[in-house]
Amino acid sequence: MPAIDRRSIAGKAPRAERHVPLVVVGAGAAGVAAAIEAARSGVETMLIDEHPVDNDMMAMDVPLCFGQRMHAAVRNRALMLERVVETNPALASAYEAGVDVQLGTYVWAAFVGGPTVQELPGPMLGLADERRSWLVSYDRLIVAAGTRDVLLGFAGWERAGTLGAGGAAALLTRYRALSARRLLVIGSGALGLHTAALALDHGIEVAGVVELGERMRGDAAAASALAARGVPLFTGHTIRAARGRVGEIESVVLAAVDAEGRPIAGRDREIACDAVCLAVGLVPSVELLHLVGARLRFDGSRGGWVPELDDWMRTSVPTVYAAGDCTGVADRMLGAPEIAGEQGRVAGLAAAESLGALTRREAVQRRGAPAVVAAAQTASADPFAYWQAWLRSLVAAGGWDVNVCQCEEVTRRELVETKPPRYLKWQSPQMDARTLATLLNDGPLNQDQIKRLTRAGMGPCQSRRCREQVGLLLAQAAGTSIEHIPLPTFRPPVRPLPLNVLWPADEPSAMREDWVSWFGIPTQFSPHWEPGMVLDEPTAHTRLIVSDE
Amino acid sequence: MMDAAMTTRGAAVVIVGGGVTGLSAGWWLARAGVDVLVLDKGIVGWEASGRNGGGATHVYSPFGLEEQRLWPQMDELLGYPTEHQAFRIGVALSEAQLALARRWAEIGEARGFRWEPLDRRQVKELVPIVGDNAIGGTYLHFGGHANPQRTVQAYAWALQDHGGRILQHTAVTGLQQRGGRVTAVETTRGTFGADAVVIAAGPQTGFFADMLGVSLPLAPARVEMIATEPIPLMGVGGVAGNGLYGRQTLRGNLVYGGGPHEWINVPDMATPEHRNTPLVRNLARRLAELFPGAAHVRMIRAWSGLVENTPDGLPVVDRLSDPDNVVIATMSSVGFGLSPASGRAIAELVQHGRCSFADLRALALGRFAHTPIDWRERAGWIATRSEVEMAAGGDG
Repeated sequence: MPAIDRRSIAGKAPRAERHVPLVVVGAGAAGVAAAIEAARSGVETMLIDEHPVDNDMMAMDVPLCFGQRMHAAVRNRALMLERVVETNPALASAYEAGVDVQLGTYVWAAFVGGPTVQELPGPMLGLADERRSWLVSYDRLIVAAGTRDVLLGFAGWERAGTLGAGGAAALLTRYRALSARRLLVIGSGALGLHTAALALDHGIEVAGVVELGERMRGDAAAASALAARGVPLFTGHTIRAARGRVGEIESVVLAAVDAEGRPIAGRDREIACDAVCLAVGLVPSVELLHLVGARLRFDGSRGGWVPELDDWMRTSVPTVYAAGDCTGVADRMLGAPEIAGEQGRVAGLAAAESLGALTRREAVQRRGAPAVVAAAQTASADPFAYWQAWLRSLVAAGGWDVNVCQCEEVTRRELVETKPPRYLKWQSPQMDARTLATLLNDGPLNQDQIKRLTRAGMGPCQSRRCREQVGLLLAQAAGTSIEHIPLPTFRPPVRPLPLNVLWPADEPSAMREDWVSWFGIPTQFSPHWEPGMVLDEPTAHTRLIVSDE
Repeated sequence: MMDAAMTTRGAAVVIVGGGVTGLSAGWWLARAGVDVLVLDKGIVGWEASGRNGGGATHVYSPFGLEEQRLWPQMDELLGYPTEHQAFRIGVALSEAQLALARRWAEIGEARGFRWEPLDRRQVKELVPIVGDNAIGGTYLHFGGHANPQRTVQAYAWALQDHGGRILQHTAVTGLQQRGGRVTAVETTRGTFGADAVVIAAGPQTGFFADMLGVSLPLAPARVEMIATEPIPLMGVGGVAGNGLYGRQTLRGNLVYGGGPHEWINVPDMATPEHRNTPLVRNLARRLAELFPGAAHVRMIRAWSGLVENTPDGLPVVDRLSDPDNVVIATMSSVGFGLSPASGRAIAELVQHGRCSFADLRALALGRFAHTPIDWRERAGWIATRSEVEMAAGGDG
């Protein structure tokens, strides 16, 4: 019987509350289709979706940028649950197929074993609702987590009323709880035009669609249709600032720009609106894929970091699949849920086959022609170049002293000069001499390193509002391209949850009894003038093997 | 071989490992005018040196008095912020915890430092988020903490300001010896000549010692920490207890760790992973017990770090006799707070062969001369599940 260090994790491995052969994360088109396909193949399947998220989470712009423009009705959980179900008719088929549907449930972590995590009995997910957290283990995981909003700051963007396209769409269509009367849409690609039309369809006035470039970026017919509905189209404009009484957006000042995106003096115009929707782009939500260790690669044309997938939507981790927008954002997938659904169906079949519920032949047969999946992977025009152009014009119009990170109040200037946070009130000639350039002399640009120094991205929104603009500003300042910057890491919890939600209600008694603040090595903290004197925490179990004698 | 050495500029002292110990040693040497080069496989302070609780209260150590003397001066000496804050409060939720907190305080008292016992009311006045479950505590008029991430960068920059050099993303692959001395360090970016070498490579220190035919028993382990969103600043941020170490940062975040470690045996410590486990939930529970007034506060981050321990948990800071120009340093998982002093000691060992301010005999490598080869198994300091089992049960 080998010795066991009772202060170590050995023997205290966490037990999952439930084991499910297949867990699908995300009940959008891809996730629902995946869950239905697997369940119909005879696989016990759990489908998890965080919507409706609670008001406090929304107020932090998690998981999408809701811009404080939620109607008070979002506090009514029962009503929101009803709406989320009602506005997602496919869920009914999932229920019918026998899928265990868990709504209003956050997936805040994926825990997997590895060379440094050997005691974990198997892969598991950390789940939570607004009251408690629990663990679910799985044999197969399908991630269909959708997208995140890309935000680009401007003077006054901290005010209530700055939304992302994803946040706006969720409030309009899933919650039917957007509390705005007049919305200004930024960006005229497929996403911007789609968002403007969506707002009009839901009775929200659209104050305009703003495009940096000289002509509308998206489909001409869609732009004309908006114009025909009375929506002003402002091409060749950028945002100078948002204005209004304390903390609110009541108007936005637009500046006309030249061909280089620089504001032209004396050509500002003020547009009355109580909300601005940044609809310049979306990025795939790859947090969970990163946590399970799936290989990601940068594909700028599809929104940045995306999972490497085989023909069956399987990631580099053989037990994990991905489907829908989290595998890459393509313009043509907007408003075309059948594409994501088809990807989901393929992932569901593949997972079912790998669990032995289907033969390969059955899976191939039910899959049909693989054309749709391939078509979905066609790229959009380079979104990063578009975001970079927008950001340059916003800097030109609004200056360097605009916050890039709202949570930690770090300005663009403080970021690219890699200054310590203002609250340290630090002044020294040595620090003044340090810049991004001196840091780059020592090694390639690393967003995580600069985050530690400047604190940009260290706040409660978990860098959702600034991740892309921080990367773009740093890349530009460093004279490199964002694709050359390593992926800034995601860490659990990938949703900011209270301690008293995340905590386990009960723990194995060994966890409590043998808990020590550090290793519990009896001599580690012995006063050196009394060698061998044991300063130890109350329960001493650790054996010391220094010599044979 | 010699060609490679001549194409890369060596240094009087080459330091293997840009963690907090190696950086501090390099900084002290550079301050003394010594030509120094620090090599790191990645980014400086990227491993445990930048991932710890930031505690600087180790008066039990031979380096303890120097640690206490130096920390209040570090911002000024380095020229960059470390966020050092003085004093610590210990909070006890049980008699056993109180006894431990008092014992910790008394060790300080034995070194001439002042402390006061606190009753529940006093604890709650000083730390408003403490609850009625606290039974008392201690106020240490010594010790403190700093921000590890800011401090490692401060050492690195200050070292450069004194003319020292740092090469990141440069992994050491070999040590060339001649005539009883190490003469050059081989890396993925060429070979660097050296008059003296410091090996301060954390969990990899044993691997490099091995290259010199020196056996240094080390067991690597993984530990985890959590951080909350910021809450209003407390008068003293250095509050710990209930089996947790950590602090409130100057931004207001509660940053704490503790609990069971996981012994690991990774053949390749050069590219470690930093994964978390469901232990973050247990940490959340203990933190909410320690601070019931902050139980509703959100956890926004967690991370893990890899640290190494010697069989008795004490550092090895020693100059080898053969080869005689090498200093080996591992702080046995307690390196950050002691770094101002350990770095100075290492610099003195390199320059003078002895340390002027601390008795390092208890930290000599010789104490492990008779450590059995299977000491980890016998102590139970090993992963209990084999990698084979893990692969079968895991996700491959």
